[in-house]
Amino acid sequence: MIKPHWKEKAIRLTLLAAASTSILIVALIFIFLGKEAVPFAEDPGLSNLASADWVPVSFQEEQFGLLPLITGSLLVTLMATIFTVPVGIGAAIYLAEIATPKERAILKPIIELLAGIPSVVLGFFGLIVLAPIVKAVFGLPTGLNAMTGSLLLALMAIPTVVSISEDAIQSVPEAYKSASLALGATRLQTLFRVTVPAAMSGIIAAVMLAMGRIVGETMAVMMVTGNAAKVTLDPTDSVRTMTATIAAEMGEVPVGSVHYHALFCVGVVLLLVTFLLNMVAQRALRGYQN
Amino acid sequence: MSTRKAETKQPTETKATRRYFDEVVYWLLRAVMYFVVAIVGFIVLKIVWEGVPAISWSFLSEMPRKGGAEGGILPPIVGTLCLVTGTIIVSLPLGVGTAIYLNEYARQGPFTRLVRSAITTLAGVPSIVFGLFGLGLFVYFFGFGQSIIAGSLTLACMILPTIIVSSEEALKTVPQSLRDGSLALGATKWQTIWKNVLPYSIPGIMTGAILGIGRAAGETAPILLTVAASYYLTLPSSIFDQVMALPYHLYYLATQHPEAAKVQPLQYGTALVLLVIVLGFYMVAILIRNRFRKQCRW
Repeated sequence: MIKPHWKEKAIRLTLLAAASTSILIVALIFIFLGKEAVPFAEDPGLSNLASADWVPVSFQEEQFGLLPLITGSLLVTLMATIFTVPVGIGAAIYLAEIATPKERAILKPIIELLAGIPSVVLGFFGLIVLAPIVKAVFGLPTGLNAMTGSLLLALMAIPTVVSISEDAIQSVPEAYKSASLALGATRLQTLFRVTVPAAMSGIIAAVMLAMGRIVGETMAVMMVTGNAAKVTLDPTDSVRTMTATIAAEMGEVPVGSVHYHALFCVGVVLLLVTFLLNMVAQRALRGYQN
Repeated sequence: MSTRKAETKQPTETKATRRYFDEVVYWLLRAVMYFVVAIVGFIVLKIVWEGVPAISWSFLSEMPRKGGAEGGILPPIVGTLCLVTGTIIVSLPLGVGTAIYLNEYARQGPFTRLVRSAITTLAGVPSIVFGLFGLGLFVYFFGFGQSIIAGSLTLACMILPTIIVSSEEALKTVPQSLRDGSLALGATKWQTIWKNVLPYSIPGIMTGAILGIGRAAGETAPILLTVAASYYLTLPSSIFDQVMALPYHLYYLATQHPEAAKVQPLQYGTALVLLVIVLGFYMVAILIRNRFRKQCRW
């Protein structure tokens, strides 16, 4: 065995260091969000977060209740998921099983194109085009509400659902389908009773990942939901999500103020929610890959 | 089974209705697919249609005037280019290094598992959380202030997973025999990677890098907290300067500007420039990917 040259060793170590940065960054994200959120638990106390109002700037008494922000995010996320799931999975089934190869070659880049449109551009589109439509259709005083927000978010989540579900559907072994067809099932029966159920864990993972993206989406949501922080589950109400709160208010808060630390608390909640959603999704993905 | 019973009674008619039903379902799925395509087409065409009249050489090369209500968008364009350059300078070596380590050096074990789960975690972190992280670490803790360097580092963390994953995919497609041949001729491990593995994976790595750049150029939330000035007319002279950026400029014009309705042509123009830059990067990435697929047959 020849002893490796020192240069080789140095390169190996450099690459090892590069590989470790990902771990470092994740650790730093948790540490720095935690570090800036902890003072809030000490000074006004965590119980303040349970209040039903988010009134960060006030002459009388500031309140930092997360409830309106959490219900805002929840409402928008659930509605967007309900919109995006049938459309996304339908499109994925079409792409994977029905479209001709030529058709696929054109359709897939278009879906990827949708994933590429920056969220601020979609938000702008939502503001100028979608909001007036929603306003007219539902006869509302303003189009800036949870409904517009979730429609826009559903659109943004479609590429995630489509590409991962399509992958899952395509990776169902050909033998399953042949066996089903050989038993006399039609193509459609095979599709819905054999192929799609076999790909189910991948499809579930796709939906979870899409939900993670929806919860974390900031700009588009901030531009079209109206940003009124109140506890509501009415789709035609204005809502304010956790992400929008951070983005809208962080610019104006003095560093180290209670409000500043409260916004980091919102960030921690957001991080934990997306982290959990992604963990479940990864587990489901591993399920179908094995 | 009910269907079979029905079939023995009236075989031809059931078969026909079933085929008819199948066709209906296929058309439904097709309608869903083309509905999505139509929306994408509508968004892109609408922005192009309304944006093109606003584009002129002076729009691209002049300073904004009157708080962005008139004039051009030169500072945001320059700012975005600076940010993107900084981002790629940081994230490309890190990402490719990680991919090389994972694919060429590391034995599968607890460490690689940890790195991989860190990468998937990173990929799922919302962009605004990256903004908070950048604000806490780069802006305040390192004291960079709101600057190009703080923003670039934040964006680099955000696109790192994209670059790592695509680089690793690219390295995986290089056949093992190329490595074996080089090693058998007496080359060291690094010489093998440098001369025999990396050159063949460059298109794949470039695809990932360009996709990452596209994402970095379009993101608003992280730079909102770490770089962006809504109105700042000095072009940057060092990496510690604040800059305007295209996505933030669009956000500002669309929602914060006192006369938002009046400046709509400028909004569409900015949206179009941003869209062209971002989608331009994506197109190049797709072209490289397709070309490479055709060329390389091992």
